[in-house]
Amino acid sequence: MKTTLARRGAIDRLGALLTLGGVAALLFLPFVVFKANRILPGDARSLWQILPSWAVLAFYTIMVLVAATALGVGSARIRLAVSMIGVAALALTIGAAGDALTPLGNMVVRVSPGTGFWVLLVCLGLMSTDAITRLRPGPGIRVLFLALFAAVAGAAFASGMLDHLSVMREYEVNASRFALEARHHVLMALGSVAAAIIVAVPAGILCHRVPRLRAGTLGTLNLIQTIPSIALFGILMVPLGALAAAAPFVTEMGIRGIGAAPAVLALFLYSLLPVVANTIVGLARVSPSTVDAARGMGLTNWQILTDIELVLAFPVILTGIRIVLVQNIGLVTVAALIGAGGFGVFVFQGINQTAIDLVLLGALPTVALAFSCALLLDALVEAINRPAR
Amino acid sequence: MIEIDALTKQYGSTTVVDRVSISIATGSITVIVGTSGSGKSTLLRMINRLVEPTSGRVVIDGSDTTTEPPHLLRRRIGYAIQGHGLFPHRSIAENIATVPRLLGWNAARIQARVDSLLNIFQLDPGEFGGKFPHQLSGGQQQRVGVARALAAEPTVLLMDEPFGALDPIIRAKAQDDLVDIQRRFGTTIVLVTHDIDEAFRLGDRVAVMSHGQVLQYDRPAVLLTRPADPFISRLTGTGDRAMKLLALTTAGEAAESGAAGGPTVAASATLRDVLSDLVWSGAPEATVVNADGTPRGRLTLAAILSHGKPS
Repeated sequence: MKTTLARRGAIDRLGALLTLGGVAALLFLPFVVFKANRILPGDARSLWQILPSWAVLAFYTIMVLVAATALGVGSARIRLAVSMIGVAALALTIGAAGDALTPLGNMVVRVSPGTGFWVLLVCLGLMSTDAITRLRPGPGIRVLFLALFAAVAGAAFASGMLDHLSVMREYEVNASRFALEARHHVLMALGSVAAAIIVAVPAGILCHRVPRLRAGTLGTLNLIQTIPSIALFGILMVPLGALAAAAPFVTEMGIRGIGAAPAVLALFLYSLLPVVANTIVGLARVSPSTVDAARGMGLTNWQILTDIELVLAFPVILTGIRIVLVQNIGLVTVAALIGAGGFGVFVFQGINQTAIDLVLLGALPTVALAFSCALLLDALVEAINRPAR
Repeated sequence: MIEIDALTKQYGSTTVVDRVSISIATGSITVIVGTSGSGKSTLLRMINRLVEPTSGRVVIDGSDTTTEPPHLLRRRIGYAIQGHGLFPHRSIAENIATVPRLLGWNAARIQARVDSLLNIFQLDPGEFGGKFPHQLSGGQQQRVGVARALAAEPTVLLMDEPFGALDPIIRAKAQDDLVDIQRRFGTTIVLVTHDIDEAFRLGDRVAVMSHGQVLQYDRPAVLLTRPADPFISRLTGTGDRAMKLLALTTAGEAAESGAAGGPTVAASATLRDVLSDLVWSGAPEATVVNADGTPRGRLTLAAILSHGKPS
């Protein structure tokens, strides 16, 4: 473990930057925005107007403590612990502000976190990820961190302490819809990636074996990658619509010009390039002498492919899969535009109604999902890479 | 017995191996030596059908190699290559167990064979069995490569520049070990190298290849004393050919009966080494002793020198 005690008297540069941002956020930016209803413009409130002074003092004390740690403490463990305390204090404070500003039984007022809150959250997030990076935790520990964080966040939501915040208000109204769209979102992202793996890995193997196919295949897939997602959805609506009109049984299978079919198909097409390319690169990295020895000892072609080449190429292929999974989780959001569902439904409804809280209801879980998947697959890639090589 | 009969390989209009016919005795070490592009590796790879011949045939112990599927043929023939080609994702024990597993040996038999091979190659099974190839030194990796090739008790072992990646000291040790192993198992070894010293050191018989053809196939002493082609003289070099010739005979083989004084030399030492000893010590003769230290006979300078000229 690398010891990270700062030199005596030295000021941590990142810490200085983050402190500057945090102080500016607390002094000049609104912490909470209050709206009489969800579409009226809000007005900013400072914490002193909302909370009892002991609570505000406690919050400021903790923030000063965090700043002092960011500036002067070298130990990554302490920095991580203190930044997490900061996040908890931030969550408790915004929750309390929501409670205080909402008259009992009033379902109309909206209390949103202001820009000050978000800037503080980003600063604390950067401080903690920087600390985690310095600790260089193994893949298992990182997954554990994620699970722990998810559990604490889940408990916070379940406890109701955040229920008076506007995003949670939007969630309450849309609860059943939210579960449905979450399922759509995950299914479309995972389904398109799974289909892409089934097609792209064999295609990559073929390109590896027959070099003549390589340039053409990669060129075509590259071209698809350059089409903007919304245009590709549109392009696919035409043939799928025609297909559905011509063949009723296709419609019965749920395939129509709009909806999930063109969305999943487009995501599938986008996913091909990274997986095909990484399969080719992964197989090319396998040492020719290893393959020659395997063949010379009497492994069959199939055994060489499955027991040697694919196993050795797997970490690289998995890196490709990680890229497309994270990419698709984001892109599914746009698919809501052609009626495919997913978290994008809330985003576009929110934009239409100029209800920013509804946008957040779609955007925040998308970001959380993409981040979690990236972290899980990164950990998996690293865990596989560790023993051999 | 491996009979290679008019074996030819053509790629398009290029002939890589041109009507090669040699016969390799059971239990011998045959070295195919040649410059790069001479077709030596292609010839070797046609024996286990990693390269399919354009024409001609290979007969091992009376059966034509084309009578069974190539992957089954290869499981009966050991194969070791330069840079060892170990599987990086498998442990040393798993690497060695590769062919026995393909052949469906039971776990106990595989385990026993792996342990015994690791011991023979001076690698402690407890320490090395669970390690991965990247944790071993180059010399250890090479030994595991040979152990893996011998795992299923093949009667024939093909080796393509097996010591090419080793430094000179480890290389000499690996060559000695190979000779020991060959004596121990009686394996028929066909080895390809570009190094004429290695060929003379290891080969019972040496085939010199150039442009796809075998120019001469004979005992090393014959290649030195009666080269069939100017190319062979160039390859062996004429400057120190007497010394090369002396290096082909051991003190034990050349010893005369009778007691003698002078330095003591092992029966396994080459005449070249004995000569060097005598020159260094200024003595006119040496005492040859067996491995257990009992006297074997004597060697005079004159007797040694007589071995260094073509008979």
